[in-house]
Amino acid sequence: MLDSPAAGGGLVMNTLMSSPAQPASSHASSPVSGGFDVHGLGIDARPDTAPGAVRVSPTNGQWPMVEPGLALQFLRKMVLVREFEVRCMQAYQDKKIGGFCHVYIGQEAVAVGCNAALRPDDPMVTAYRDHGHALARGMSARACMAEMFGKVDGCAKGKGGSMHMFDRANNLFGGHGIVGAQVPLGVGLAFACKYEDEVMAGGALKRVAMSFLGDGALNQGSFHEGMNLAGLLDLPAIIVCENNGYSMGTAISRGTTMGHQITAKAQAYGIDAYEVDGMDVLSVYHEMHRIVEHCRATSRPAFVDMRTYRYKGHSMSDPRKYRTREEEAHYEADDPIGRLKARLEEEGILAEAGFKAMLKEVRAEAKDSVEFSDASPAPDLAELHTDVFVEPWGPYTGSSDPKMLGGAPRVPGFRAISNPETQL
Amino acid sequence: MTVREIEYRDALNEAMSEEMRRDKRVFLLGEEVAQYDGAYKVSRGMLAEFGERRIIDTPISESGFAGMAIGAAMMGLRPIVEFMSWSFSLVAADPILNNAPKMLYMSGGQFGCPIVFRGNDGAGGQLGSTHSWCVEGLYSNVPGLKMAIPSNPYEAKGLLKTAIRDDDPVFFLESERMLGTKGHVPEEEYLIPFGQARVARTGKDITLVSFGRPVNFCLEAAEALAKEGVDCEVLDMRTIRPLDIESIVRSVKKTNRCVVVDQSWSFGSPGSEVAAQVHARCFDDLDNFVHRVHTADVPTPYATNLEAEYMPNARRITEAVRACLYLA
Repeated sequence: MLDSPAAGGGLVMNTLMSSPAQPASSHASSPVSGGFDVHGLGIDARPDTAPGAVRVSPTNGQWPMVEPGLALQFLRKMVLVREFEVRCMQAYQDKKIGGFCHVYIGQEAVAVGCNAALRPDDPMVTAYRDHGHALARGMSARACMAEMFGKVDGCAKGKGGSMHMFDRANNLFGGHGIVGAQVPLGVGLAFACKYEDEVMAGGALKRVAMSFLGDGALNQGSFHEGMNLAGLLDLPAIIVCENNGYSMGTAISRGTTMGHQITAKAQAYGIDAYEVDGMDVLSVYHEMHRIVEHCRATSRPAFVDMRTYRYKGHSMSDPRKYRTREEEAHYEADDPIGRLKARLEEEGILAEAGFKAMLKEVRAEAKDSVEFSDASPAPDLAELHTDVFVEPWGPYTGSSDPKMLGGAPRVPGFRAISNPETQL
Repeated sequence: MTVREIEYRDALNEAMSEEMRRDKRVFLLGEEVAQYDGAYKVSRGMLAEFGERRIIDTPISESGFAGMAIGAAMMGLRPIVEFMSWSFSLVAADPILNNAPKMLYMSGGQFGCPIVFRGNDGAGGQLGSTHSWCVEGLYSNVPGLKMAIPSNPYEAKGLLKTAIRDDDPVFFLESERMLGTKGHVPEEEYLIPFGQARVARTGKDITLVSFGRPVNFCLEAAEALAKEGVDCEVLDMRTIRPLDIESIVRSVKKTNRCVVVDQSWSFGSPGSEVAAQVHARCFDDLDNFVHRVHTADVPTPYATNLEAEYMPNARRITEAVRACLYLA
């Protein structure tokens, strides 16, 4: 039933408009009771002393509330990602989006919480399930949707597509389609952060770079080579494994050794490892904030086993025969949006009316992104030969920024090195 | 201009060192580039001058460090990645082919990738097939990258300085067999622009088009052929991408014959591309079809005599020239 966009909308409605099956406060102690545990072991079912894992438990069974403005921002962003993804699924069925399309529904707390723990000038890179990261980072729903529609107002002028979201203004270095390829790139972003401080004379910027991968990327050589380099060179790289338990249709237990304890892989590279409940945005935010600031202070890499779950298939063509509807229902009851909403209501920060108003606003924003993308023109055929090389030569016509960046001055040589004083 | 002769490896070293003094964004990384002073001593002395922050030893992990360098280039740094051999770049095929040359396009112009990948390319040292790759054929197929292939020390320095200043990814193909070759390299700074072929020898009877080390074999063959009364023009293309087809066309319209000499395998190669373009552009000017000399279409052999026959050598070039001139 969850294959159809209508059902997807229903899922949003059901989870958002009713209280979760369990009170939020009970999740921290046993979030995955009842026999379903795609990660091989419950998030909190292991002792804190597990080798290679550094864990900090929330006090009194739940993570502290953040200040109300921030909490409401978390909720709004998570709802925006979900509503946006529901629109993507509809547009895909309407054949307005082509190719592959991987939606982020269920994992919203990860991108939103992680982004909030970063500074805006910290670089971020992710894999192909990237719409949520783009929106959390600050890309407009319009630019993100128009990219998927293959329209000129997309973040990459319609040349990248669903798996390749880039946003220089928000320090998002892609969306990358080859599983695991972004890990060395992210380590390189961290290298540049450190190089800038140490070599470019003048930087006490102490930026950190965050890279995301799925648990399916754990078995790619690029992941291990990237981890080794990050550990070896003492780079401020935070490598977050969004562990949703499945690499496409293969359960982690079928494809990954030590799948029940992937932090052991980080231990092999001398990298501090953490396990985080990725279904609770407060958990993600508090844990990641601490990890990010530790990394910023020490320039040491970190690895995070972020336990999450994707409610939909791997891509739009996935009938999800490799898992049961009962398992899905179990994790849907652990919905990150439902959990935060319940918590905000409990603490009197959000009333039902306020939530309805927020939902209405966000739905309008998601709908607007579709209308905008429908109206946006296809790229001019001359775009075929732009952005191949920086300067024109032969059949190539040079390069230019997408409209999304608003015509801001183009930094020569694409220097994202943020302090002009340090440039030669 | 001072007359000075230095080795090919030192010409490369000077190019990197001068550019690193000029621009702090430039750094060198690769296997054994720092403490070992370079597996082939190309980076000799650079650790002492620039320190370990800018001359970086990597583990044997080509996919990892190539990808890391690409990430750094996206941030605005200008990495020089040394592959001990281009043969080893094959395990880094995804980052160097899927990331570096496509980043600008896939990001809609937002992120460039100003990076140089450089190292030894080509056979001739009895290294066996896995270590003797000529990657020109494989990699020149990919749009979004530039490819330079210097034929002597002067070319090596001038082209590498241009490569380091280029805003796009450059694949820089050196030759282990030439690292110890001495040649004239002036003290004064110079750069050699990409996409402008050099007329290495002027002639009127036939045009020899070549890239990198085989340019020297063409010159050798031309001297032998001159004794038979055949006057060869030799073009050193300097870069495969961009390809200076205009210079080739100009020469062929003069000589009406063309032989392409390319050290990569013939199938889908720079040589076949040049032949196709010459046939399209000079159809009515040609006295014969474009003849091609490549490495033999087999894995690189180890035995000295087999390897020498496998390579495009002066004898095989001479035979091709005679055939093209109907002298065979």
